[in-house]
Amino acid sequence: MKFRHFALSTAAAVLAGATALTAIPAQAQDQIYVPLLTYRTGPFANSGVPIADGMHDYLRMLNERDGGIGGAKIVIEECETGYDTKKGIECYESTKGKNPVVYNPYSTGITLQMIPKASADKIPVLSMAYGLSASAKGNTFPWIFNPPVTYWDGASAFIRHVAEQSGGFDKLKGKKIGLIHLDAPFGKEPIALLEALSKKYGFELKLYPVAASDMQNQGSVWLNIRRDRPDWIYNQGWGAMNPTAVKEAAKNNFPMDRLVGVWWAGGDDDARGGGDGAKGYKSLNFHAAGTDFPVIQDIQKHVVDKGLSKTPKDKVGENLYNRGVYNSMLIAEAIRNAQKISGKKAITAEDMRKGLESLNITDARLKEIGMAGFAAPMKLTCEDHNGHNKVYVAQWDGTKWVKGSEWMDPLKDEVMPLLESAANDYAKANNWPARTEACQKGS
Amino acid sequence: MFYREAGQFKTTYPSDMAIFPIAQDRIGIGIILAMAFIFIPLFASDFIMSSVMIPFLVFSLAAIGLNILTGYTGLISLGTGAFMGVGAYACYKLMTIFPGVNIIVWIVTAGFFSAAVGILFGIPSLRIKGFYLAVATLAAQFFLQWCFVRIPWLYNYNASGAIEVGTRTLFGIPIVGPNATPEARYYVLLCIVVVLTWIASNLVHGRIGRSWMAVRDMDIAAELMGIKLLDTKLLAFAVSSFYAGVAGACMMFLWYGGGEASDAFNINQSFLILFMVIIGGLGSLIGSFFGAAFISILPTILKFGLPAIGVPLSGATAEHLIHITVGGLIIFFLIVEPHGLARLWQIGKQKLRMWPFPY
Amino acid sequence: MHALYMVLIDPFVQMVSAPDLFVQTIWEGLVAGVLYALIALGFVLIFKASGVFNFAQGMMVVFAGLTLIAFQDMGLPAIAALAASLAVMYLLALSIERVVLRPLVNQPDIILFMATFGITYILIGFGEMIFGGEPREVNTKAFFLPQGSFEIPILGGFVQIQKIDVAAAVIAALMIAALGFFFQKTRIGRALRAVADSHKAALSVGISLNQIWVIVWFAAGIVALVAGIMWGARSNVSFALQVVALKALPVLILGGFTSIPGAIIGGLIIGVGEKLGEFYWGPLMGGGIESWLAYFIALGFLLFRPQGLFGDKIIERI
Repeated sequence: MKFRHFALSTAAAVLAGATALTAIPAQAQDQIYVPLLTYRTGPFANSGVPIADGMHDYLRMLNERDGGIGGAKIVIEECETGYDTKKGIECYESTKGKNPVVYNPYSTGITLQMIPKASADKIPVLSMAYGLSASAKGNTFPWIFNPPVTYWDGASAFIRHVAEQSGGFDKLKGKKIGLIHLDAPFGKEPIALLEALSKKYGFELKLYPVAASDMQNQGSVWLNIRRDRPDWIYNQGWGAMNPTAVKEAAKNNFPMDRLVGVWWAGGDDDARGGGDGAKGYKSLNFHAAGTDFPVIQDIQKHVVDKGLSKTPKDKVGENLYNRGVYNSMLIAEAIRNAQKISGKKAITAEDMRKGLESLNITDARLKEIGMAGFAAPMKLTCEDHNGHNKVYVAQWDGTKWVKGSEWMDPLKDEVMPLLESAANDYAKANNWPARTEACQKGS
Repeated sequence: MFYREAGQFKTTYPSDMAIFPIAQDRIGIGIILAMAFIFIPLFASDFIMSSVMIPFLVFSLAAIGLNILTGYTGLISLGTGAFMGVGAYACYKLMTIFPGVNIIVWIVTAGFFSAAVGILFGIPSLRIKGFYLAVATLAAQFFLQWCFVRIPWLYNYNASGAIEVGTRTLFGIPIVGPNATPEARYYVLLCIVVVLTWIASNLVHGRIGRSWMAVRDMDIAAELMGIKLLDTKLLAFAVSSFYAGVAGACMMFLWYGGGEASDAFNINQSFLILFMVIIGGLGSLIGSFFGAAFISILPTILKFGLPAIGVPLSGATAEHLIHITVGGLIIFFLIVEPHGLARLWQIGKQKLRMWPFPY
Repeated sequence: MHALYMVLIDPFVQMVSAPDLFVQTIWEGLVAGVLYALIALGFVLIFKASGVFNFAQGMMVVFAGLTLIAFQDMGLPAIAALAASLAVMYLLALSIERVVLRPLVNQPDIILFMATFGITYILIGFGEMIFGGEPREVNTKAFFLPQGSFEIPILGGFVQIQKIDVAAAVIAALMIAALGFFFQKTRIGRALRAVADSHKAALSVGISLNQIWVIVWFAAGIVALVAGIMWGARSNVSFALQVVALKALPVLILGGFTSIPGAIIGGLIIGVGEKLGEFYWGPLMGGGIESWLAYFIALGFLLFRPQGLFGDKIIERI
């Protein structure tokens, strides 16, 4: 009896679940569906939560303040990935039937997964400053965008910063530069570029890999650093690795202003972990931190204060939160652009690609949307899906991120040939189809 | 009443030793196969195909592999994820070195590479037992995972360390790569799973399977009976890793379609597959399917099914509740039936046999 | 030839030429070893008394640490927060015994092992729901844990020693002494040992198994709390820490699942071994070998002593 009851109820539950899965809600006319793949759980949640909040809150603010974009309401749906590739594909498969205009995978692994799939399904992927560096080549990857900078741009900007601080590129000769990185594809990304630069400028490159299982157990890595005594260290880390690295650096009396993190190592929590010792820690950045911008204040007014956001109030304006805002701004501006080009309110994924390809965010435009001084102007083209835009070095002053350098260009000349060959390799390895999508003229 | 063997007489030894000696079983398996081959592809949506059925089949295959080792031979392994990885990387290398040969050949061949690595890491099992062995297999897990990241030859010196899968076809239909439809991938996978399950079923019911079980039940006794422990244990490791390797290759090529492979075969994967085997039922092939269904489909149903039927759950909270629910269900099932879902299935069959007169 | 030199000779040349770094490496290894041992200790306690291989121990460390931090955030003073966390760990032990262990009594080991996976899942979901996913800082000052470091000039160089590491070693030593006293001298401790020897015999002399299990799981909870504080003070407490906790497993097979001194010695051997290996031989292989080296060290020992350094000898009968 007990068993039968149990079997029946299980069968019923499975059936209910299965039928529910097949039902897809109908789509109303003037709506734009934007799925946000976010991760608020898992070992990397500390970086994921503020980004997810920032992305959600900006789009929500547009809905609340302006009624959407160009009269079309944005339907925001978060899908939890836990930074897990498997769940990421699930999210992609479950949302791609609802006419999404763009995907934000928010994980290098998920992006790599999505590149072939989304290209075949003809849905743009916006992997903002992560993912596959080579996807900056619009001719090879018409559906993939990774503005405003690639990891290679980042690493080259770091070298430029080192050169500026030591008095010129010729002073790089004989220097020891270390790369502490997560021992995974994401962390290894800058190695190729740094090796090329080390040959050119004559500095010595030292690698310090940190296994994902030892993110919080970096004792021996820092022993190696103490032995090698590098002059500068670039940190390509993620999640729990960053606060530990900052803490270890402080413990080992490494000069903090010579430890520069990639933009993903620039969370407030990352630096805060080091306590007083973290003062001076640097991180590359392509947008400003803080709340002194009309756009952030609008978010506070229309979203956070009304209780429509999940974010704690004091986290608004933190670095990674603002990064989410910046990401959503790119989405929103591309949608607006796509509406202008297509003349439709509810744009399609195809329109969105055109919108992204002719995205041109000028200083004037930044001012209009309340982001004057928040970010550098950026421009994408059909060929260049990245822009290789300006970055700056942010510095931790003990309580918040402040500007530690002027906006500077990455070493574009060094990055471009590498991108070119990487894109070619990719196309060759995958029998990648040549681009058939025509470029938008006159934008 | 529905499940009666009365009146079915065996007149030859082979028919008595058949895997499905009862007519109802044969009908049942026919129905299941018909469901799998005809009804599911006809009626299921793309999402169900690619996010429910394909993962389920891949995990079933891996679970069968681990069940051979843990369920039938009694050797616990926590390295299944890494062995799957070996299969995936071997398949990738073979595919890029010999691009002309059909991918299905390489998916199956990859299993042999995995088997070889499995034998290597199975050697300590001759001296170590129980949980000590389980932890020892973790050495394989971590070492192989390190290799996947650290040996660039394995991923053809790709800058992002990813396996990249171009389109591959069978009779002109793309079965691998971004242009392959879920149906095509599903059919290929289903054929592989059916054939390998059939082989596994023959293995475990035959002489080899019996020697595995003898080793499991008491290895010293088995040795005294003339079973060579070395050969038997290593064979179990080899066969188990073969299945895991094929499952890994299928996972990368038919399900994921390439990507950051080193991360896909991490320690959690190994644990998940062990869950499946234990929840499904140790030493039961059908249990492997039940376990895979339970562990791989349940979270998906909870995550996407509940919101669809109107239970409002948002991203993170849902994820947390899924964790709690899955954990709770694991404990619940262990308490209700420690011998796994396969045992429940057996009880069910027994009930059907007796129904409607239980005495 | 060159390769042989690099593997066999060069590391030792380095050790001699920079003896201060050698001493520093050993020290780092010892400290890491103490922390591994603290986690391993939790495993051993539970395995000894109930034969359960408690996979949830790593998660318990995270959970205990986060509970403590949450109580401090609520404004409780350090001692009160500590007491409250202990109460939570006791409740956890109680509910695990009642809900999981009692219905599963007399089941095969692997089933109980599996059940602890279930516990891990529940703790992850529950913990993330309550505490959120961010890594949290342990307020070291509130627990009078020293901060900063001092340097000892030695052999022409210096060795930098973190005060918190010294504190960790001292606390671990105290803890082991306390556990030793508890096991050897108290009534409950003796009952625990009796249970470890034989469940049936213990039951027949009137020892309540249920009660004993609550006590061991609670003891493991206390060990987890201490481990959580120490790891938290060194880096921070986050859910990624449960992966580090896996490092306790090679310690266990090295030291034996049932031996408390084994966990300590095993932890130290693994800690020193992997730091030396990573520091001197790691660069030859591109670094990062720490993630698997510990397992190979343990495997090497196991081939000679399959029951671990201090484990009980397995005698098999037919």
